[in-house]
Amino acid sequence: MKTSLHLFRRTKELEQKIDSFFDKISEAAVIYRLAVRVYLKEGLNEDFQERLDRVNALESDADKLRREIEQQLYSNTLIPDSRGDVLGLIETADQLLSQFEGSLWAFTIEQPDIPEEFRDGYKKLTGMVVKAVDELGLGARAFFRSPHDVPAYNHKVMLYEKEADIISTNLKKAIFASDLELARKLHLREFVEQIDGVADMAEDVADRLAIYAIKRLV
Amino acid sequence: MDPLVLLFLSSGLFLGWALGANDAANVFGTAVGTKMVKWRTAAIICSIFVILGAVISGAGTSGTLGKLGAITALPGAFMTAMSAAVAVFMMTKSGLPVSTSQAIVGAIIGWNFFSGSPTDINTLTKILITWILCPVLAAAIAIFLFKVLKFFSRRVKLHMVMADAYTRVALLFAGAFGAYALGANNIANVVGVFIPANPLPVLQLGPYLVSSTQQLFMLGGLAIALGVFTYSRGVMMTVGGNLGRLSPTAAFIAVTAHSIVLFIFASRGLEAWLAGNGLPTIPLVPVSSSQAVVGAIVGISILQGATGIRWSVLGRIVAGWIATPFVAGLLSFIGLFFLQNVFNLVVI
Repeated sequence: MKTSLHLFRRTKELEQKIDSFFDKISEAAVIYRLAVRVYLKEGLNEDFQERLDRVNALESDADKLRREIEQQLYSNTLIPDSRGDVLGLIETADQLLSQFEGSLWAFTIEQPDIPEEFRDGYKKLTGMVVKAVDELGLGARAFFRSPHDVPAYNHKVMLYEKEADIISTNLKKAIFASDLELARKLHLREFVEQIDGVADMAEDVADRLAIYAIKRLV
Repeated sequence: MDPLVLLFLSSGLFLGWALGANDAANVFGTAVGTKMVKWRTAAIICSIFVILGAVISGAGTSGTLGKLGAITALPGAFMTAMSAAVAVFMMTKSGLPVSTSQAIVGAIIGWNFFSGSPTDINTLTKILITWILCPVLAAAIAIFLFKVLKFFSRRVKLHMVMADAYTRVALLFAGAFGAYALGANNIANVVGVFIPANPLPVLQLGPYLVSSTQQLFMLGGLAIALGVFTYSRGVMMTVGGNLGRLSPTAAFIAVTAHSIVLFIFASRGLEAWLAGNGLPTIPLVPVSSSQAVVGAIVGISILQGATGIRWSVLGRIVAGWIATPFVAGLLSFIGLFFLQNVFNLVVI
Protein backbone atom coordinates (compact mmCIF):
# COMPACT_ATOMS: atom_id res chain seq x y z
CA MET A 1 0.00 0.00 0.00
CA LYS A 2 2.89 2.30 0.90
CA THR A 3 4.51 1.54 -2.45
CA SER A 4 1.27 2.37 -4.27
CA LEU A 5 0.95 5.70 -2.45
CA HIS A 6 4.57 6.46 -3.26
CA LEU A 7 3.92 5.60 -6.91
CA PHE A 8 0.92 7.93 -7.09
CA ARG A 9 2.76 10.79 -5.34
CA ARG A 10 5.70 10.44 -7.72
CA THR A 11 3.34 10.30 -10.67
CA LYS A 12 1.48 13.42 -9.58
CA GLU A 13 4.80 15.28 -9.31
CA LEU A 14 5.80 14.19 -12.80
CA GLU A 15 2.41 15.18 -14.20
CA GLN A 16 2.84 18.65 -12.69
CA LYS A 17 6.36 18.97 -14.10
CA ILE A 18 5.21 18.08 -17.61
CA ASP A 19 2.30 20.55 -17.39
CA SER A 20 4.64 23.18 -16.00
CA PHE A 21 7.08 22.63 -18.88
CA PHE A 22 4.40 23.40 -21.47
CA ASP A 23 3.23 26.37 -19.35
CA LYS A 24 6.73 27.81 -19.73
CA ILE A 25 6.53 27.54 -23.52
CA SER A 26 3.10 29.24 -23.70
CA GLU A 27 4.31 31.95 -21.31
CA ALA A 28 7.51 32.50 -23.32
CA ALA A 29 5.46 32.82 -26.52
CA VAL A 30 3.29 35.58 -25.00
CA ILE A 31 6.33 37.46 -23.66
CA TYR A 32 8.12 37.07 -27.00
CA ARG A 33 5.21 38.73 -28.80
CA LEU A 34 5.16 41.58 -26.27
CA ALA A 35 8.94 42.03 -26.55
CA VAL A 36 8.82 42.28 -30.38
CA ARG A 37 5.93 44.75 -30.10
CA VAL A 38 7.92 46.89 -27.67
CA TYR A 39 10.91 46.81 -30.02
CA LEU A 40 8.81 47.78 -33.04
CA LYS A 41 7.21 50.65 -31.12
CA GLU A 42 9.99 51.95 -28.90
CA GLY A 43 13.22 50.19 -29.93
CA LEU A 44 15.61 48.72 -27.45
CA ASN A 45 14.66 49.89 -23.94
CA GLU A 46 14.32 48.65 -20.36
CA ASP A 47 10.91 47.21 -21.09
CA PHE A 48 12.36 45.06 -23.89
CA GLN A 49 15.31 44.04 -21.72
CA GLU A 50 12.99 43.02 -18.89
CA ARG A 51 11.07 40.77 -21.29
CA LEU A 52 14.24 39.26 -22.67
CA ASP A 53 15.32 38.47 -19.10
CA ARG A 54 12.00 36.75 -18.46
CA VAL A 55 12.32 34.63 -21.59
CA ASN A 56 15.88 33.73 -20.50
CA ALA A 57 14.63 32.72 -17.07
CA LEU A 58 11.81 30.66 -18.60
CA GLU A 59 14.30 28.90 -20.87
CA SER A 60 16.52 27.97 -17.91
CA ASP A 61 13.53 26.79 -15.87
CA ALA A 62 12.28 24.68 -18.78
CA ASP A 63 15.75 23.16 -19.22
CA LYS A 64 15.81 22.24 -15.55
CA LEU A 65 12.33 20.72 -15.80
CA ARG A 66 13.29 18.79 -18.92
CA ARG A 67 16.26 17.24 -17.14
CA GLU A 68 14.17 16.38 -14.09
CA ILE A 69 11.46 14.80 -16.27
CA GLU A 70 14.05 12.77 -18.17
CA GLN A 71 15.69 11.64 -14.97
CA GLN A 72 12.38 10.70 -13.33
CA LEU A 73 11.08 8.85 -16.39
CA TYR A 74 14.17 6.70 -16.64
CA SER A 75 15.13 6.15 -13.02
CA ASN A 76 11.58 5.18 -12.03
CA THR A 77 10.88 3.33 -15.32
CA LEU A 78 7.64 5.27 -15.76
CA ILE A 79 5.51 5.04 -18.95
CA PRO A 80 7.97 2.51 -20.42
CA ASP A 81 5.91 2.33 -23.59
CA SER A 82 5.86 6.05 -24.39
CA ARG A 83 8.77 7.60 -22.57
CA GLY A 84 10.90 7.79 -25.73
CA ASP A 85 8.11 9.74 -27.43
CA VAL A 86 7.57 11.98 -24.41
CA LEU A 87 11.27 12.81 -24.23
CA GLY A 88 11.37 13.42 -28.00
CA LEU A 89 8.43 15.78 -27.69
CA ILE A 90 9.90 17.65 -24.74
CA GLU A 91 13.34 17.97 -26.31
CA THR A 92 12.01 19.36 -29.60
CA ALA A 93 9.55 21.65 -27.81
CA ASP A 94 12.47 22.91 -25.71
CA GLN A 95 14.12 24.13 -28.92
CA LEU A 96 11.23 26.55 -29.36
CA LEU A 97 12.31 28.32 -26.19
CA SER A 98 15.87 28.54 -27.49
CA GLN A 99 14.50 30.01 -30.72
CA PHE A 100 12.54 32.69 -28.77
CA GLU A 101 15.59 33.49 -26.72
CA GLY A 102 17.94 33.55 -29.73
CA SER A 103 15.60 35.81 -31.67
CA LEU A 104 15.34 38.35 -28.85
CA TRP A 105 19.12 38.29 -28.38
CA ALA A 106 19.50 39.02 -32.10
CA PHE A 107 17.27 42.10 -31.68
CA THR A 108 19.47 43.21 -28.78
CA ILE A 109 22.80 42.65 -30.54
CA GLU A 110 21.97 43.60 -34.11
CA GLN A 111 19.32 46.27 -33.38
CA PRO A 112 17.71 46.16 -36.83
CA ASP A 113 16.40 49.50 -38.02
CA ILE A 114 12.88 48.58 -39.17
CA PRO A 115 11.17 51.24 -41.30
CA GLU A 116 7.69 52.34 -40.23
CA GLU A 117 5.92 50.83 -43.30
CA PHE A 118 7.12 47.30 -42.46
CA ARG A 119 6.42 47.32 -38.74
CA ASP A 120 2.81 46.21 -39.12
CA GLY A 121 4.00 43.23 -41.17
CA TYR A 122 6.45 42.20 -38.43
CA LYS A 123 3.75 42.61 -35.81
CA LYS A 124 1.29 40.46 -37.76
CA LEU A 125 3.97 37.83 -38.42
CA THR A 126 4.88 37.67 -34.72
CA GLY A 127 1.19 37.38 -33.77
CA MET A 128 0.72 34.52 -36.23
CA VAL A 129 3.76 32.48 -35.13
CA VAL A 130 2.75 32.89 -31.48
CA LYS A 131 -0.72 31.58 -32.35
CA ALA A 132 0.92 28.52 -33.92
CA VAL A 133 2.94 27.96 -30.73
CA ASP A 134 -0.19 28.39 -28.58
CA GLU A 135 -2.04 25.74 -30.54
CA LEU A 136 0.99 23.46 -30.33
CA GLY A 137 0.99 23.87 -26.54
CA LEU A 138 -2.69 22.87 -26.44
CA GLY A 139 -1.98 19.91 -28.72
CA ALA A 140 0.92 18.78 -26.53
CA ARG A 141 -1.28 18.92 -23.43
CA ALA A 142 -3.99 16.98 -25.30
CA PHE A 143 -1.41 14.35 -26.19
CA PHE A 144 -1.07 13.49 -22.51
CA ARG A 145 -4.79 13.42 -21.70
CA SER A 146 -6.82 12.81 -24.86
CA PRO A 147 -4.59 11.90 -27.83
CA HIS A 148 -7.59 11.69 -30.17
CA ASP A 149 -7.93 15.51 -29.86
CA VAL A 150 -4.35 16.14 -31.05
CA PRO A 151 -5.15 16.24 -34.83
CA ALA A 152 -7.57 19.16 -34.31
CA TYR A 153 -4.85 21.27 -32.65
CA ASN A 154 -2.22 20.17 -35.14
CA HIS A 155 -4.49 21.25 -37.96
CA LYS A 156 -4.52 24.76 -36.50
CA VAL A 157 -0.74 24.77 -36.07
CA MET A 158 -0.41 23.99 -39.79
CA LEU A 159 -2.95 26.65 -40.66
CA TYR A 160 -1.15 29.36 -38.69
CA GLU A 161 2.22 28.26 -40.03
CA LYS A 162 0.92 28.63 -43.59
CA GLU A 163 -0.51 32.06 -42.76
CA ALA A 164 2.86 33.04 -41.26
CA ASP A 165 4.54 31.90 -44.49
CA ILE A 166 2.20 34.09 -46.55
CA ILE A 167 2.84 37.11 -44.31
CA SER A 168 6.60 36.57 -44.36
CA THR A 169 6.68 36.14 -48.16
CA ASN A 170 4.69 39.34 -48.67
CA LEU A 171 6.86 41.16 -46.16
CA LYS A 172 10.05 40.03 -47.88
CA LYS A 173 8.61 41.03 -51.28
CA ALA A 174 7.78 44.46 -49.92
CA ILE A 175 11.25 44.82 -48.37
CA PHE A 176 13.03 43.92 -51.59
CA ALA A 177 10.70 46.14 -53.67
CA SER A 178 11.65 49.14 -51.51
CA ASP A 179 14.45 51.65 -52.13
CA LEU A 180 16.51 50.51 -49.16
CA GLU A 181 20.14 49.51 -49.51
CA LEU A 182 20.73 45.84 -50.23
CA ALA A 183 22.58 45.30 -46.94
CA ARG A 184 19.61 46.66 -45.00
CA LYS A 185 17.17 44.62 -47.06
CA LEU A 186 19.17 41.51 -46.22
CA HIS A 187 19.26 42.46 -42.57
CA LEU A 188 15.49 42.99 -42.48
CA ARG A 189 14.92 39.70 -44.31
CA GLU A 190 17.05 37.92 -41.75
CA PHE A 191 14.69 39.03 -38.99
CA VAL A 192 11.60 38.05 -41.00
CA GLU A 193 13.05 34.58 -41.40
CA GLN A 194 14.04 34.38 -37.77
CA ILE A 195 10.50 35.15 -36.58
CA ASP A 196 8.94 32.89 -39.22
CA GLY A 197 11.36 30.16 -38.11
CA VAL A 198 9.42 29.87 -34.85
CA ALA A 199 6.30 28.79 -36.77
CA ASP A 200 8.34 26.34 -38.87
CA MET A 201 9.71 24.84 -35.70
CA ALA A 202 6.22 24.62 -34.20
CA GLU A 203 5.15 22.74 -37.32
CA ASP A 204 8.05 20.30 -36.95
CA VAL A 205 7.08 19.60 -33.36
CA ALA A 206 3.44 19.19 -34.43
CA ASP A 207 4.49 16.62 -37.04
CA ARG A 208 6.23 14.58 -34.38
CA LEU A 209 3.28 15.00 -32.07
CA ALA A 210 0.94 13.64 -34.76
CA ILE A 211 2.95 10.41 -34.97
CA TYR A 212 3.22 10.05 -31.19
CA ALA A 213 -0.53 10.56 -30.86
CA ILE A 214 -1.28 7.93 -33.53
CA LYS A 215 0.99 5.50 -31.68
CA ARG A 216 -0.97 6.09 -28.48
CA LEU A 217 -4.28 5.52 -30.22
CA VAL A 218 -3.27 2.21 -31.81
CA MET B 1 4.25 -41.45 5.27
CA ASP B 2 5.57 -43.98 2.81
CA PRO B 3 8.49 -42.38 0.89
CA LEU B 4 7.26 -44.22 -2.20
CA VAL B 5 4.20 -41.96 -2.12
CA LEU B 6 6.41 -38.93 -2.71
CA LEU B 7 8.15 -40.74 -5.56
CA PHE B 8 4.79 -41.48 -7.16
CA LEU B 9 3.66 -37.89 -6.65
CA SER B 10 6.83 -36.57 -8.31
CA SER B 11 5.39 -36.80 -11.84
CA GLY B 12 2.47 -34.57 -10.83
CA LEU B 13 4.78 -32.18 -9.05
CA PHE B 14 6.95 -32.03 -12.17
CA LEU B 15 3.84 -31.16 -14.19
CA GLY B 16 3.11 -28.45 -11.61
CA TRP B 17 6.62 -27.09 -11.94
CA ALA B 18 6.30 -26.97 -15.74
CA LEU B 19 2.92 -25.25 -15.41
CA GLY B 20 4.37 -22.57 -13.13
CA ALA B 21 7.39 -22.10 -15.39
CA ASN B 22 5.27 -21.62 -18.52
CA ASP B 23 1.86 -20.31 -17.56
CA ALA B 24 2.93 -17.63 -15.08
CA ALA B 25 3.99 -15.74 -18.21
CA ASN B 26 0.36 -15.68 -19.39
CA VAL B 27 -0.56 -13.88 -16.21
CA PHE B 28 2.39 -11.54 -15.69
CA GLY B 29 4.43 -11.87 -18.91
CA THR B 30 3.55 -8.59 -20.59
CA ALA B 31 3.57 -6.65 -17.32
CA VAL B 32 7.10 -7.85 -16.58
CA GLY B 33 8.27 -7.77 -20.22
CA THR B 34 7.21 -4.11 -20.57
CA LYS B 35 8.81 -3.29 -17.19
CA MET B 36 5.48 -2.20 -15.72
CA VAL B 37 5.88 -4.72 -12.88
CA LYS B 38 9.12 -6.04 -11.40
CA TRP B 39 9.68 -9.77 -11.90
CA ARG B 40 10.20 -10.35 -8.16
CA THR B 41 6.90 -8.65 -7.30
CA ALA B 42 5.16 -10.64 -10.02
CA ALA B 43 6.68 -13.93 -8.86
CA ILE B 44 5.69 -13.38 -5.21
CA ILE B 45 2.10 -12.34 -6.03
CA CYS B 46 1.77 -15.12 -8.59
CA SER B 47 2.96 -17.81 -6.18
CA ILE B 48 0.75 -16.71 -3.30
CA PHE B 49 -2.39 -16.49 -5.42
CA VAL B 50 -1.74 -19.70 -7.36
CA ILE B 51 -1.58 -21.58 -4.04
CA LEU B 52 -4.70 -19.80 -2.73
CA GLY B 53 -6.61 -20.56 -5.92
CA ALA B 54 -5.55 -24.21 -5.83
CA VAL B 55 -6.43 -24.77 -2.18
CA ILE B 56 -9.66 -22.73 -2.06
CA SER B 57 -11.18 -23.34 -5.50
CA GLY B 58 -9.35 -26.32 -6.98
CA ALA B 59 -11.98 -28.95 -6.22
CA GLY B 60 -14.37 -28.14 -9.09
CA THR B 61 -12.16 -29.04 -12.04
CA SER B 62 -10.60 -31.94 -10.11
CA GLY B 63 -14.07 -33.42 -9.72
CA THR B 64 -14.59 -33.35 -13.49
CA LEU B 65 -11.30 -35.15 -14.14
CA GLY B 66 -12.31 -37.69 -11.50
CA LYS B 67 -15.53 -38.33 -13.44
CA LEU B 68 -13.52 -38.89 -16.61
CA GLY B 69 -11.43 -41.57 -14.96
CA ALA B 70 -11.05 -42.42 -11.28
CA ILE B 71 -7.52 -43.78 -10.91
CA THR B 72 -7.42 -45.42 -7.51
CA ALA B 73 -3.94 -47.02 -7.70
CA LEU B 74 -1.08 -44.64 -6.98
CA PRO B 75 1.37 -46.12 -9.55
CA GLY B 76 -1.36 -45.75 -12.19
CA ALA B 77 -1.82 -42.09 -11.25
CA PHE B 78 1.96 -41.64 -11.37
CA MET B 79 2.18 -42.97 -14.91
CA THR B 80 -0.83 -40.95 -16.05
CA ALA B 81 0.72 -37.69 -14.81
CA MET B 82 4.12 -38.73 -16.14
CA SER B 83 2.67 -39.40 -19.62
CA ALA B 84 1.05 -35.97 -19.59
CA ALA B 85 4.34 -34.37 -18.55
CA VAL B 86 6.30 -36.20 -21.27
CA ALA B 87 3.66 -35.30 -23.88
CA VAL B 88 3.91 -31.65 -22.83
CA PHE B 89 7.70 -31.84 -23.13
CA MET B 90 7.56 -33.51 -26.57
CA MET B 91 4.99 -31.07 -27.92
CA THR B 92 7.02 -28.10 -26.64
CA LYS B 93 10.14 -29.50 -28.27
CA SER B 94 8.33 -29.87 -31.61
CA GLY B 95 7.12 -26.28 -31.37
CA LEU B 96 3.41 -27.03 -31.01
CA PRO B 97 1.38 -24.95 -28.57
CA VAL B 98 0.67 -27.27 -25.70
CA SER B 99 -1.68 -27.37 -22.79
CA THR B 100 -1.31 -29.46 -19.65
CA SER B 101 -5.12 -29.67 -19.55
CA GLN B 102 -5.23 -31.45 -22.88
CA ALA B 103 -2.30 -33.68 -22.00
CA ILE B 104 -3.81 -34.89 -18.73
CA VAL B 105 -7.20 -35.59 -20.31
CA GLY B 106 -5.49 -37.67 -23.03
CA ALA B 107 -3.47 -39.51 -20.40
CA ILE B 108 -6.59 -40.32 -18.33
CA ILE B 109 -8.32 -41.68 -21.42
CA GLY B 110 -5.19 -43.77 -22.02
CA TRP B 111 -5.61 -45.17 -18.50
CA ASN B 112 -9.30 -45.85 -19.20
CA PHE B 113 -8.35 -47.83 -22.29
CA PHE B 114 -5.69 -49.76 -20.43
CA SER B 115 -7.87 -50.55 -17.46
CA GLY B 116 -10.91 -51.30 -19.60
CA SER B 117 -12.94 -48.66 -17.75
CA PRO B 118 -15.56 -46.92 -19.89
CA THR B 119 -14.88 -43.25 -20.65
CA ASP B 120 -17.83 -41.07 -19.64
CA ILE B 121 -18.76 -39.66 -23.04
CA ASN B 122 -20.92 -36.97 -21.47
CA THR B 123 -17.97 -35.63 -19.44
CA LEU B 124 -15.61 -35.94 -22.40
CA THR B 125 -17.99 -34.01 -24.66
CA LYS B 126 -18.27 -31.29 -22.01
CA ILE B 127 -14.48 -31.06 -21.85
CA LEU B 128 -14.05 -30.91 -25.63
CA ILE B 129 -16.68 -28.20 -26.05
CA THR B 130 -15.06 -26.21 -23.26
CA TRP B 131 -11.68 -26.30 -24.96
CA ILE B 132 -13.13 -24.72 -28.10
CA LEU B 133 -15.23 -22.33 -26.06
CA CYS B 134 -12.28 -21.16 -23.93
CA PRO B 135 -10.41 -19.00 -26.50
CA VAL B 136 -13.67 -17.87 -28.13
CA LEU B 137 -15.07 -16.74 -24.80
CA ALA B 138 -11.77 -15.05 -23.91
CA ALA B 139 -11.91 -13.14 -27.21
CA ALA B 140 -15.50 -12.04 -26.57
CA ILE B 141 -14.73 -10.91 -23.02
CA ALA B 142 -11.60 -9.05 -24.21
CA ILE B 143 -13.63 -7.22 -26.87
CA PHE B 144 -16.22 -6.22 -24.27
CA LEU B 145 -13.57 -5.05 -21.76
CA PHE B 146 -11.72 -3.12 -24.47
CA LYS B 147 -14.88 -1.25 -25.46
CA VAL B 148 -15.74 -0.43 -21.85
CA LEU B 149 -12.21 0.78 -21.11
CA LYS B 150 -12.12 2.90 -24.28
CA PHE B 151 -15.50 4.43 -23.40
CA PHE B 152 -14.29 5.48 -19.95
CA SER B 153 -10.77 6.56 -20.95
CA ARG B 154 -12.27 8.96 -23.53
CA ARG B 155 -14.39 10.56 -20.85
CA VAL B 156 -12.11 10.55 -17.83
CA LYS B 157 -9.11 12.02 -19.72
CA LEU B 158 -6.46 10.93 -17.24
CA HIS B 159 -2.97 12.29 -17.73
CA MET B 160 -0.70 9.76 -19.43
CA VAL B 161 1.57 9.32 -16.42
CA MET B 162 -1.37 8.95 -14.03
CA ALA B 163 -3.00 6.43 -16.39
CA ASP B 164 0.34 4.59 -16.33
CA ALA B 165 0.27 4.43 -12.53
CA TYR B 166 -3.31 3.11 -12.53
CA THR B 167 -2.38 0.56 -15.21
CA ARG B 168 0.50 -0.70 -13.04
CA VAL B 169 -1.83 -1.23 -10.09
CA ALA B 170 -4.47 -2.77 -12.38
CA LEU B 171 -1.88 -5.16 -13.83
CA LEU B 172 -0.98 -6.28 -10.31
CA PHE B 173 -4.63 -6.94 -9.42
CA ALA B 174 -5.31 -8.62 -12.78
CA GLY B 175 -2.19 -10.73 -12.28
CA ALA B 176 -3.25 -11.74 -8.77
CA PHE B 177 -6.72 -12.67 -10.05
CA GLY B 178 -5.12 -14.47 -13.00
CA ALA B 179 -2.83 -16.47 -10.71
CA TYR B 180 -5.79 -17.38 -8.47
CA ALA B 181 -7.84 -18.48 -11.49
CA LEU B 182 -4.85 -20.42 -12.86
CA GLY B 183 -4.41 -22.23 -9.55
CA ALA B 184 -8.14 -22.95 -9.27
CA ASN B 185 -8.55 -24.14 -12.83
CA ASN B 186 -5.29 -25.97 -13.50
CA ILE B 187 -4.45 -27.59 -10.16
CA ALA B 188 -6.57 -30.51 -11.35
CA ASN B 189 -4.00 -31.14 -14.10
CA VAL B 190 -1.24 -31.31 -11.54
CA VAL B 191 -2.69 -33.41 -8.73
CA GLY B 192 -6.21 -34.30 -9.94
CA VAL B 193 -5.29 -37.85 -10.96
CA PHE B 194 -3.90 -38.59 -7.48
CA ILE B 195 -7.05 -37.58 -5.58
CA PRO B 196 -9.02 -40.85 -5.96
CA ALA B 197 -5.99 -42.86 -4.72
CA ASN B 198 -6.11 -40.86 -1.47
CA PRO B 199 -2.35 -41.20 -0.92
CA LEU B 200 -1.73 -38.90 2.06
CA PRO B 201 -2.87 -39.47 5.66
CA VAL B 202 -5.17 -36.86 7.19
CA LEU B 203 -3.12 -34.21 8.95
CA GLN B 204 -4.14 -32.71 12.27
CA LEU B 205 -3.18 -29.03 12.47
CA GLY B 206 -4.43 -27.84 15.87
CA PRO B 207 -8.21 -27.96 15.66
CA TYR B 208 -8.14 -28.39 11.86
CA LEU B 209 -8.05 -31.59 9.89
CA VAL B 210 -6.30 -31.31 6.52
CA SER B 211 -7.50 -33.97 4.12
CA SER B 212 -5.38 -35.80 1.57
CA THR B 213 -6.98 -33.76 -1.23
CA GLN B 214 -6.23 -30.46 0.51
CA GLN B 215 -2.63 -31.52 1.06
CA LEU B 216 -2.36 -32.49 -2.60
CA PHE B 217 -3.69 -29.09 -3.66
CA MET B 218 -1.18 -27.43 -1.35
CA LEU B 219 1.71 -29.52 -2.68
CA GLY B 220 0.63 -28.91 -6.28
CA GLY B 221 0.36 -25.19 -5.58
CA LEU B 222 3.86 -25.18 -4.10
CA ALA B 223 5.19 -27.04 -7.17
CA ILE B 224 3.64 -24.39 -9.42
CA ALA B 225 5.14 -21.64 -7.24
CA LEU B 226 8.54 -23.34 -7.51
CA GLY B 227 8.17 -23.31 -11.30
CA VAL B 228 7.36 -19.60 -11.15
CA PHE B 229 10.42 -18.79 -9.07
CA THR B 230 12.94 -21.03 -10.81
CA TYR B 231 12.07 -20.79 -14.47
CA SER B 232 9.38 -18.23 -15.36
CA ARG B 233 11.65 -15.18 -15.62
CA GLY B 234 13.03 -15.96 -19.08
CA VAL B 235 9.58 -17.01 -20.34
CA MET B 236 8.07 -13.76 -19.07
CA MET B 237 10.77 -11.70 -20.76
CA THR B 238 10.17 -13.32 -24.12
CA VAL B 239 6.39 -13.68 -23.98
CA GLY B 240 5.87 -10.20 -25.43
CA GLY B 241 7.75 -11.18 -28.57
CA ASN B 242 5.78 -14.37 -29.02
CA LEU B 243 2.39 -12.78 -28.64
CA GLY B 244 3.18 -9.62 -30.59
CA ARG B 245 3.73 -6.24 -28.98
CA LEU B 246 1.02 -5.44 -26.51
CA SER B 247 0.45 -2.10 -24.85
CA PRO B 248 0.15 -2.29 -21.05
CA THR B 249 -3.58 -1.51 -21.33
CA ALA B 250 -4.09 -4.29 -23.88
CA ALA B 251 -2.08 -6.58 -21.60
CA PHE B 252 -4.39 -5.75 -18.71
CA ILE B 253 -7.43 -6.59 -20.85
CA ALA B 254 -5.88 -9.83 -22.12
CA VAL B 255 -4.95 -11.00 -18.61
CA THR B 256 -8.34 -10.06 -17.16
CA ALA B 257 -10.26 -11.80 -19.97
CA HIS B 258 -8.04 -14.88 -19.54
CA SER B 259 -8.59 -14.89 -15.78
CA ILE B 260 -12.36 -14.49 -16.05
CA VAL B 261 -12.51 -17.47 -18.43
CA LEU B 262 -10.35 -19.67 -16.19
CA PHE B 263 -12.36 -18.61 -13.16
CA ILE B 264 -15.73 -19.26 -14.86
CA PHE B 265 -14.62 -22.80 -15.72
CA ALA B 266 -13.41 -23.43 -12.15
CA SER B 267 -15.86 -21.72 -9.83
CA ARG B 268 -18.16 -23.94 -7.84
CA GLY B 269 -19.71 -20.81 -6.33
CA LEU B 270 -20.72 -19.55 -9.75
CA GLU B 271 -22.02 -22.99 -10.66
CA ALA B 272 -24.16 -23.07 -7.51
CA TRP B 273 -25.45 -19.55 -8.12
CA LEU B 274 -26.42 -20.32 -11.72
CA ALA B 275 -28.11 -23.56 -10.65
CA GLY B 276 -29.90 -21.75 -7.82
CA ASN B 277 -31.31 -19.22 -10.28
CA GLY B 278 -32.49 -21.89 -12.70
CA LEU B 279 -29.82 -20.96 -15.26
CA PRO B 280 -27.74 -23.44 -17.26
CA THR B 281 -24.50 -24.20 -15.40
CA ILE B 282 -21.01 -23.90 -16.82
CA PRO B 283 -18.93 -27.09 -16.76
CA LEU B 284 -15.95 -27.04 -14.41
CA VAL B 285 -13.16 -28.08 -16.73
CA PRO B 286 -9.41 -27.44 -16.72
CA VAL B 287 -8.70 -25.27 -19.76
CA SER B 288 -5.53 -23.96 -21.37
CA SER B 289 -4.27 -20.71 -19.91
CA SER B 290 -2.16 -20.03 -23.02
CA GLN B 291 -5.08 -20.51 -25.36
CA ALA B 292 -7.25 -18.21 -23.26
CA VAL B 293 -4.61 -15.47 -23.53
CA VAL B 294 -4.17 -16.02 -27.27
CA GLY B 295 -7.96 -15.87 -27.69
CA ALA B 296 -8.10 -12.58 -25.78
CA ILE B 297 -5.30 -11.07 -27.89
CA VAL B 298 -7.02 -12.16 -31.10
CA GLY B 299 -10.19 -10.46 -29.80
CA ILE B 300 -8.31 -7.20 -29.19
CA SER B 301 -6.63 -7.45 -32.62
CA ILE B 302 -9.98 -7.92 -34.35
CA LEU B 303 -11.31 -4.82 -32.61
CA GLN B 304 -8.28 -2.82 -33.66
CA GLY B 305 -8.98 -3.78 -37.25
CA ALA B 306 -6.21 -6.32 -37.68
CA THR B 307 -6.61 -7.76 -41.13
CA GLY B 308 -3.98 -10.45 -40.83
CA ILE B 309 -5.06 -13.03 -38.29
CA ARG B 310 -2.31 -15.60 -38.51
CA TRP B 311 -4.30 -18.65 -39.54
CA SER B 312 -1.15 -20.73 -39.28
CA VAL B 313 -1.02 -19.98 -35.52
CA LEU B 314 -4.69 -20.88 -35.19
CA GLY B 315 -4.07 -24.05 -37.19
CA ARG B 316 -1.23 -25.00 -34.85
CA ILE B 317 -3.48 -24.52 -31.83
CA VAL B 318 -6.06 -26.87 -33.35
CA ALA B 319 -3.28 -29.33 -34.23
CA GLY B 320 -2.17 -29.12 -30.59
CA TRP B 321 -5.73 -29.87 -29.44
CA ILE B 322 -5.70 -33.09 -31.41
CA ALA B 323 -2.06 -34.15 -31.07
CA THR B 324 -1.52 -33.47 -27.35
CA PRO B 325 -4.26 -35.73 -25.92
CA PHE B 326 -3.52 -38.39 -28.51
CA VAL B 327 0.21 -38.51 -27.71
CA ALA B 328 -0.44 -38.37 -23.95
CA GLY B 329 -3.02 -41.16 -24.22
CA LEU B 330 -0.68 -43.38 -26.19
CA LEU B 331 2.22 -42.76 -23.79
CA SER B 332 -0.06 -43.48 -20.85
CA PHE B 333 -1.21 -46.78 -22.32
CA ILE B 334 2.33 -47.93 -23.10
CA GLY B 335 3.73 -46.68 -19.78
CA LEU B 336 1.00 -48.43 -17.77
CA PHE B 337 1.71 -51.64 -19.64
CA PHE B 338 5.37 -51.45 -18.67
CA LEU B 339 4.63 -50.52 -15.07
CA GLN B 340 2.26 -53.45 -14.71
CA ASN B 341 4.15 -56.09 -16.61
CA VAL B 342 7.80 -55.16 -16.09
CA PHE B 343 7.71 -53.66 -12.59
CA ASN B 344 4.75 -55.70 -11.37
CA LEU B 345 3.00 -52.67 -9.93
CA VAL B 346 -0.74 -52.35 -9.45
CA VAL B 347 -1.86 -49.61 -11.80
CA ILE B 348 -5.62 -50.14 -11.92
